[in-house]
Amino acid sequence: MANVGIVIVSHSPKIAEGAADMVRQMVGDSVNLACTGGNADGGLGTDVAAIIAAIKRAWSEAGVAILVDLGGAETNSEMAVEMLDANLRGRVVICNAPIVEGAVIAATEASGGSSLEAVRRMAEELAPQ
Amino acid sequence: MNAVIDAAMDAERIRALIEAVASAVIDHADELTALDQAIGDGDHGLNMKRGFEAVRADAAGVAAKPLPDALKAIGTQLVMKIGGASGPLYGTLFLALAKEIGPNGENAASAFAAAVEAVKARGKSQAGQKTLLDVLVPVQLALADGGPGILDHLAAIADAAADATIAMQAIRGRAAFLGERSIGHMDPGARSSALMVAAVCRVLGG
Repeated sequence: MANVGIVIVSHSPKIAEGAADMVRQMVGDSVNLACTGGNADGGLGTDVAAIIAAIKRAWSEAGVAILVDLGGAETNSEMAVEMLDANLRGRVVICNAPIVEGAVIAATEASGGSSLEAVRRMAEELAPQ
Repeated sequence: MNAVIDAAMDAERIRALIEAVASAVIDHADELTALDQAIGDGDHGLNMKRGFEAVRADAAGVAAKPLPDALKAIGTQLVMKIGGASGPLYGTLFLALAKEIGPNGENAASAFAAAVEAVKARGKSQAGQKTLLDVLVPVQLALADGGPGILDHLAAIADAAADATIAMQAIRGRAAFLGERSIGHMDPGARSSALMVAAVCRVLGG
């Protein structure tokens, strides 16, 4: 079974790319990874179409875990998940976790072959209680 | 037939609604941005303008569709183009309206009620948290009560509801980070909602 894929969604392309660099440093190519940041005009924000594309780039039969930063990134990611084909939708989760730490720990967990639920649980242990 | 909308929703009328709502948002983009700069990330005006410029660019094609399909197309554009949380929130409002409203505006009040519920679910929020729901909920309640000339009163209800957000402390959205400092400013989403409600009522009520 393939490893869970990771998607990073930030308002800022630089944060998304920087977090992805940190994930790569930790897990190399053992995990499918995609990131997106910025609105359709390239300003700070998030873009539903770009999130859908990122989920497809990081797609794994084991599922995809999404890490987000602030409000709009979460809401737009939820919208993107709903707009996926029904057979994909159930295998994508949005983690309630800090974006950088969450992405690194989720990817590390995923690289060991853990289930989508285990990947999410590890990331969410980092969430403020 | 629901009494709220009493004339056929033909292409000309849908076009007029699109123009009115899009212009109301686009013409007030600077004001919305200024409101958002005070208590948020300052992108509400620009984001809404981007979304409604995309809607306006498609107006002729969208207006030619039956009302539910037109609303669905508008909601999809807003979701795809706005780029902030208001994209899914307003997008959901239109997409949910599309599901229940009839081609000539039948079930307008109940469709709007369902749409406001959908926005609550999307935003994991409710009235009283200094968001667009603080306008949408009172407007929905007034619409449900109905009564003669309800469309002539809704704009004033929406404006008063937006004004009432000034005294509120934000619980949801970026403004919630400010805590008590969010008090004293109108919520930008409440203002954009009031502008859209007024624009719709000008077309349908007149």
